[in-house]
Order: sequence, then C-alpha cells, then structure tokens
Amino acid sequence: MSELSKLTIAEARDAMRKGDVTSVEITEACLAEVNAADALGAFVHKTPEIALDQARAADARIKAGDAPGMCGIPLGIKDLFCTKGVDSQAASNILKGFKPEYESTVTSQLFGAGAVMLGKLNMDEFAMGSSNETSAYGNAVNPWKIDDRQLTPGGSSGGSASAVAADLCLAATGTDTGGSIRQPAAFTGIVGLKPTYGRVSRWGTIAFASSLDQAGPMTKTVRDAAIMLQAMSGHDPKDSTSADLPLPDFEAALTGDIKGKKIGIPREYRMDGMPEEIETLWHEGAEMLRAAGAEIVDISLPHTKYALPAYYVIAPAEASSNLARYDGVRYGHRAKLAAGDGIVQMYEKTRAEGFGHEVQRRVMIGTYVLSAGFYDAYYNRARKVRALIKRDFDQAFAAGVDAILTPATPSSAFGLGEMAEADPVQMYLNDVFTVTVNLAGLPGISVPAGLDSQGLPLGLQLIGRPWAEDDLLNTAYALESAAGFVSKPAKWW
Amino acid sequence: MLDLTYTAPAPKVIAGAKDDWELVIGMEIHAQVSSNAKLFSGASTTFGAEPNSNVAFVDAAMPGMLPVINEYCVEQAVRTGLGLKAEINLFSAFDRKNYFYPDLPQGYQISQLYHPIVGEGEVLVEMGPGVARLVRIERIHLEQDAGKSIHDMDPNMSFVDLNRTGVALMEIVSRPDIRGPEEAAAYVTKLRQILRYLGTCDGNMQNGNLRADVNVSVCRPGAYEKYQATQDFGHLGTRCEIKNMNSMRFIQQAIEYEARRQIAILEDGGSVVQETRLYDPDKGETRSMRSKEEAHDYRYFPCPDLLPLEIEQGWVDDIAASLPELPDEKKARFMGDFGLTDYDASVLTADTANAAYFEAVAEGRDGKLAANWVINELFGRLKKEDHDISESPVSPAQLGGIIDLITKGDISGKIAKDLFEIVYTEGGDPAQIVEARGMKQVTDTGAIEAAVDDIIAANPAQVEKAKANPKLAGWFVGQVMKATGGKANPKAVNDIVSAKLGL
Repeated sequence: MSELSKLTIAEARDAMRKGDVTSVEITEACLAEVNAADALGAFVHKTPEIALDQARAADARIKAGDAPGMCGIPLGIKDLFCTKGVDSQAASNILKGFKPEYESTVTSQLFGAGAVMLGKLNMDEFAMGSSNETSAYGNAVNPWKIDDRQLTPGGSSGGSASAVAADLCLAATGTDTGGSIRQPAAFTGIVGLKPTYGRVSRWGTIAFASSLDQAGPMTKTVRDAAIMLQAMSGHDPKDSTSADLPLPDFEAALTGDIKGKKIGIPREYRMDGMPEEIETLWHEGAEMLRAAGAEIVDISLPHTKYALPAYYVIAPAEASSNLARYDGVRYGHRAKLAAGDGIVQMYEKTRAEGFGHEVQRRVMIGTYVLSAGFYDAYYNRARKVRALIKRDFDQAFAAGVDAILTPATPSSAFGLGEMAEADPVQMYLNDVFTVTVNLAGLPGISVPAGLDSQGLPLGLQLIGRPWAEDDLLNTAYALESAAGFVSKPAKWW
Repeated sequence: MLDLTYTAPAPKVIAGAKDDWELVIGMEIHAQVSSNAKLFSGASTTFGAEPNSNVAFVDAAMPGMLPVINEYCVEQAVRTGLGLKAEINLFSAFDRKNYFYPDLPQGYQISQLYHPIVGEGEVLVEMGPGVARLVRIERIHLEQDAGKSIHDMDPNMSFVDLNRTGVALMEIVSRPDIRGPEEAAAYVTKLRQILRYLGTCDGNMQNGNLRADVNVSVCRPGAYEKYQATQDFGHLGTRCEIKNMNSMRFIQQAIEYEARRQIAILEDGGSVVQETRLYDPDKGETRSMRSKEEAHDYRYFPCPDLLPLEIEQGWVDDIAASLPELPDEKKARFMGDFGLTDYDASVLTADTANAAYFEAVAEGRDGKLAANWVINELFGRLKKEDHDISESPVSPAQLGGIIDLITKGDISGKIAKDLFEIVYTEGGDPAQIVEARGMKQVTDTGAIEAAVDDIIAANPAQVEKAKANPKLAGWFVGQVMKATGGKANPKAVNDIVSAKLGL
C-alpha cells in the first residue's frame, strides 16, 4: 500500500483511468503515510474524512469517464489557502481557530477538478521566512538529513516541500512571494513552479505581499507541475490582478525538444562566496541544455544586486498594510484585556501576542518605509528599482533569450536552528536568486539537478517569459530528463 | 449658449476688537455615490438595514478577500465630474490610506490620493440675482466609506456596524474660494443640487449621505487678493479643518464660531495652530480633535490589489452625451424661454421634479402666469402640509386647466383660487367644476349693465360723490361684483361703471 503514495500525478492518473487503482486506495495510502510522519511536522491539520469523501467522489467520476487530470489525486494544501470549514491560519497564532466560510479559488478549482485534500501544510508564519522556523505550529523538517542533524525544508512552503519529498502526498500547493516555492523545492529535491504573476488567482489565499504573491504547484516531476498548474490557473473575476488570457495546454507542451532555444546565463548571479558545487551544478545544467540542442548565451541583468534590498522594502510595506486587518475585532485571536484597557491596548496586546517575531519585524520595517519622510527614500526608490529589474529581463527576452538558467539557492538545506542567532539578513540572502523573478512578475521553476557533497539535493532555476509557462515547463522537462535526478531521502521518520 | 453674467459677492468681513478680518474657506464634500452595490463588493447599500446585514466577506476584511471595482460607481464619478465641467482623468489609481480603527476592518481605506479620477472643475454659486461666486474644484476622488462605531449601547463595550463599510464616496475638494458662512452653505446647496440633477448622490444630509469638512482661515483685507494673484498660500492665515458636518445650519455656525475664535487668538498676539476640530452644535463651538503633531501618518501607497483604473474617452463621451440639463442651463432657459425672473427661475430649478412640473404646466401657456401659480399657490399649499411636489394632489394638467380658464376670461383670479382649492382637496377637471358649479365669470355686458343700472338707481348720493371724485367709482365696481357673486368680469364692470357715471 505504502508504494501508492510514491506515485507521481501522471502515474496515478493513468493507473486510475485504467482501473488499476482507485483514488480511495491512493488516498488511504497517503493518509497512512501522513499519520506516520508527525516527526516531519508537515501536516498541521489533517482532514481524512474530507479526503475520503473527495476520493470516493473522484472514483465515481473516473468510472463515469469524466476525469480531469487532477481527479482523485491526494494533495496537501498550504495553510495559507483558505479552505471552507477547515482551519486556515497562515501558521499564525493570530488566526488560531479561524475556519473560513469560503474556499480559495485555487483549492476550489483543484477540488472542482476532482483533487483530494489530505490536510493543511506547515509554513512560515504568513509566508514570512525561508526555513519554516517562524511557524506557530513549530518547525517542519526536511526528510533529507545529514547524520542526526535535522535540516530545514526551506520556506515559506516548507511543509509542502517536506510532504511531497517524503511521499506523504502526490503533490502540494505552495505560494511564492520571493522564492517560497522554489527554495524549499530545491532544498528537498522536488519541482516547484511559481507562475507568471496574474496566472493564478489570489482570491482566498491569505495575503503576504499582494503585488508579489503567486500560488503554484510543488510536485515530484515537471510533468506533474504542468498537470497541476492547468487545474490551478486561469482568469478569476474576483481577483483584479488575475489575467484574462487563454490557458495553453501545459502538459502537451512537454515535448522535450528545445533545439534552437536560447538559454541566458546571467553573469550577475555569480555571487561572492557562493559554494563551488553550486557554481559547478549551474555549469553542468547549462551543458545539459546545450547538449539537448539549446544555445547558451551570456547575458547581463545589471540591476540584480539591488533586487534583494528592493524586495525587502516592497514586501514588508505591503505586508504591514495587509496584516493590519488582524486586530482582534472580528475574528482570530483577541488578547485578554485588563480593566481600563481601551482600543489601543486591545490592538497592541492582540498583535503582540498573535504575531511572531519575524512577522512583527516585517510589519515594523514596512510601516517605517511607508512613513512620511521616508516613503520616497525607501518605498518609491524600491519601486523604481523594481521597474529597472523588470526592464533588465524585458531586454534579455527582447534580445531573443527564451529562458534564463540560474542556481535556485545559494546553498543546500541548512540545519534547523542554525540561523537562530544570525542577522536576519543572512536568512534573507536565501532569496537572492529568486526574488528578482517575483519583482518582475515572471514565471520561474526550480528543478532538482543533483546532490551536493553532503548528499543533499540542489536545484537549478529556470526563468521564463511572461505567460510562457508552457515553454518554460518544456525547457525544465528537458533539464529534468538530462539531470536524471532520482534520489529520495532515506526514511527516518 | 449659456450666458450667465454675474458679479462676485463681497467677502464676509468680521470686525474684531482691533481690525477687520476676512474669511477664506475651502471644503471637502463627501458625497455617497448613488449605487445599489458598494465600491468594491456586491453588498447592498440600503440605508437602515439590520446592523451587519449588508456585509460581504471583503467588507469585513476576511483573510484573502480581494476588492473588485464596481464599474457603475466609476461611471457615477465620471458623470459627476462632467456635471462640474471638470477634467476626467482616463488614468487613475487607488491608494491605501492606513490607520487603525474598529470600524475600518481592513486597517486601511482604499482611496485615490495620487491619481484621482476627476481633476479641476467649477461650481457657480449664486448669492442673489446677478451675484455669484465661482468656486473652483480641485479634484474628485473615489473612496470607501467606513463603518459605524456605537459606544452608547453598553457601559463596557463598543459595537461596530459594517453596513456602511465600503460604500462608495466621492470626495469633492474645492479650492479656498469660499468667502463666508453663507457662501459655504450656498456652495453645498448648489453642489447638492447638481448631484441630484445628475442622479449621482441623493444629497440626503440627515442620513449622512452628504457630509462636509470645512477648512477655515482668516486674513486681513487685501491678503486674499495677493493669494489669488500668486496662488501662494503664504498670504493666507493658518487653517483649521472642521470635520464631518451634515447640516447647512451647523456648517454656517461652525464657520462663524471658528473665524471668531481665530480672530480672537490673532488679535491677542497668538497664532492659530493647524489642527482638526469638531463642531459641537449643543455648545455652538468647535473644539480640538487632534493637532498637526498628533495627525495620523496614513502611509499612503498604491493598493496592490487593484490595477490602475484606465477608462476610454469614448466611454466618457457616451456618459457626457447622456447628461441631463443642469441647473445653470435650465435656469437660463427658464429665464429666456418663459420670461421668468431670476428669483422665480431659481425656485423652479431648485430640483428636477419642481422644474419638470413647471415645464408641464407652462407648456403652451403664459410662462410667468404658470410660474406664479406653481410657486405661490401650489408650492405654498404643499408647504402647508409639508408635502413635496411628488405628493401634489394637483397634476400639471389640472393646474394648466385652471390657468387656461383664467386666460380665456372664464374665471377671475379670485375664483381661480377657490377653484384651485376645490381641485386640491376634491380633485376633478377644472373646466367641468366651473361649469357644474356655475363659477363662470359673467362677461355678458347686458347683465352687467343691468346690475350697474340697479346700483346707480339705488344710490343717488354715492353717484354724486363719485362724479366729484372719480376714485370712488371703485365702490360701484365692488357692489356689482358682490351682486354677481364675484363672477362678473372685473374689467367689463370697470368699463361699464365708468361709462354710466360719465367719468
């Protein structure tokens, strides 16, 4: 039975369509894995009844011949997505016990396509973090391990990455504001896709930084990412920033043929102090694509070095405003008040108790950079930088580049607690290769490409043209095939 | 073409203990957009609903909920801009104004600070026949209203009603062109009139659908002219903003009080502190709400949940083509086409229902006569019972019928008033009533002559007196009218009396 949870989406789909296996069987196998994996801290709310109901309904649809790609596929759902009647608290104490009366567009589309929800997944609080250590639920743990050292699965979609890498589910939803899908995917040896901004509706997904947030699939293969993206994406009139554009057939785009494609290697992504094995992997990745028929060209994205500071102005600015609604008035946590306390004390105590340190830090940074007298120096300047970063990419694509290859992360997974005493900026550096993509609104995908000397997975990132996820997925597919990454973590949980 | 020539009124001058002072006033009017749904949600805007019953998830700022612009509210703002002869910005954008308050669930108000949808316009504010102030509009932007906090229902708790949260408001910002309390009230009245003509705001101040923030400063005579010449605010005094007033009377009282307060400070050698104040109508004074130092830092920034609002000129042109005739144009037309006085035209164009009623009555009839009857008789009668024109028991056709009977000479003015009362209280066709009740005026000269003859014969002493003093002929006219029950044509009686007496 336990082998069933190891299936890819494509394998499970085909087997279910053939009648070799049912969704209930796969779902039960996954639920058993989930229940046996509490040590990973991946699932924070389990929903077995919902899962089995959905699986039975999916089996009926498959039997009736009405079976979209995601039908019957057991998924984990990041806690950032509002799921009707199911705890959705963005891994924050301030939303403890919050059960939405509505279903996010992403989960609603997935469930509409027949997908099965096993439960909600751990993450950094309000998606703010790169190690899943800011979660109010406690850490999610990477199934990959060195000796006895527990590693971070990355963040913010750490629970999603851990659950997929450990075969607790077939795939998971993630969200990516500055790298929150791609970095954990790289740390755990799975595929993570951040679509073009506007491809996937943000409605019902708890906001971190609205102009950067984008949900995407976290899967075992590139093909699975294509299948799952198909079900997640599309125009949603309830999200004004959702694009009203036709959806390509993402899976059909996976021909593996990338002959004549121009792959850019941005020289500014060569960072001082970057481990040599990352550099080597990057070089190998380029060679694999060249061997598959692509043309490798050096390109320049000159404003890259300003991306991280700009990101850490814009994202906290938006977050400081987006998180103002958590005030203890209408839902979620409200602090116990002392006699004589007024509304100001209610806000202060509620937010001090409800938000963790990293969230508080970012709310304060964001409030500061938007303040009178500092707005132009920080927020407005960051917006200008953002426009220049986008222009860098526009120019590269205009020069004929089809995709850009970079490392996904500046290192492999690090130990839990290792960064506890470090300057927060050290943690922010995890996003150095990924934030540019969010600032420019582009699609980016992390593909597992090899193991480092410690035996930990490393990922490469491909960045595509806006709205060309089909093309990007195909290039990623070629890279995945060439890299032939098949390693799995040894089960210890 | 509209041709309104006018002269500007003199600014209000307040004599302080030492000097004369002038007032400078700018206003921000918050007008609730007439729309069934809110600015960014489909929730209803009905007034007076059960608390928290008109609330969409996004209005309550539930996690993950997103605003979607209501196109109709945008159309209403554009219509308002066009009605104020303002520039329409094809590109506008929404910003967040951040502050914490329980009746503001998002923790920010979505507004338009940097790129408002409407730019510069103007409002002509009449202060009397031929006297008017042209008040410049700086901008109009769309924004969300807040909810309502209720503090007096429980000794320990406050309650919040979110029904109003997210309802669309237009903030209409004037330049400091208003020069006195009466002008301020007249400006609000005129703006309200235009909004009602346009159908973009019902102007109901009692329900808070039209509220005013008033910026007041005082300066010495001559300073304002320097400001006008240079647009340099340095020539003007420090202003205070009086927030959130929803009565014409309070607006005037607050301005008057505030100006005198500032003058007293200045004449005492002090200086006015820029601050936000509230008017307390019970005490008749303004008091400080927060000073400039305590002012909120709203941390405005572009709302990332909404794309910039881009509209097309063709759409604006279509709205422009559908605009109704506006008060200034209608008034000019009433004066031109019907020969009305400035005053009568103003009264009749105060709102569209009055104007439409008048036009229906005046159609094909004498305009001045129609105006007299509508204003003096009908409006007077309606006012007695506190009715408005929509409740009038007399239709334009009925009132027109009465006027027709007067014009034809069938009834006298006096009889007409009796007839009007009958129609008002009992209804019916005026011509039939006159016929049925024998109210028709006697124009048969034979009958009148006979009556005159009788009276002359019966009053020889009066005849002698009248011959000596022709003014006394009126006595005979009165007697004839009495004898005929008021139905004799007064002109005919006059002529016959004069002839018989040999005057």
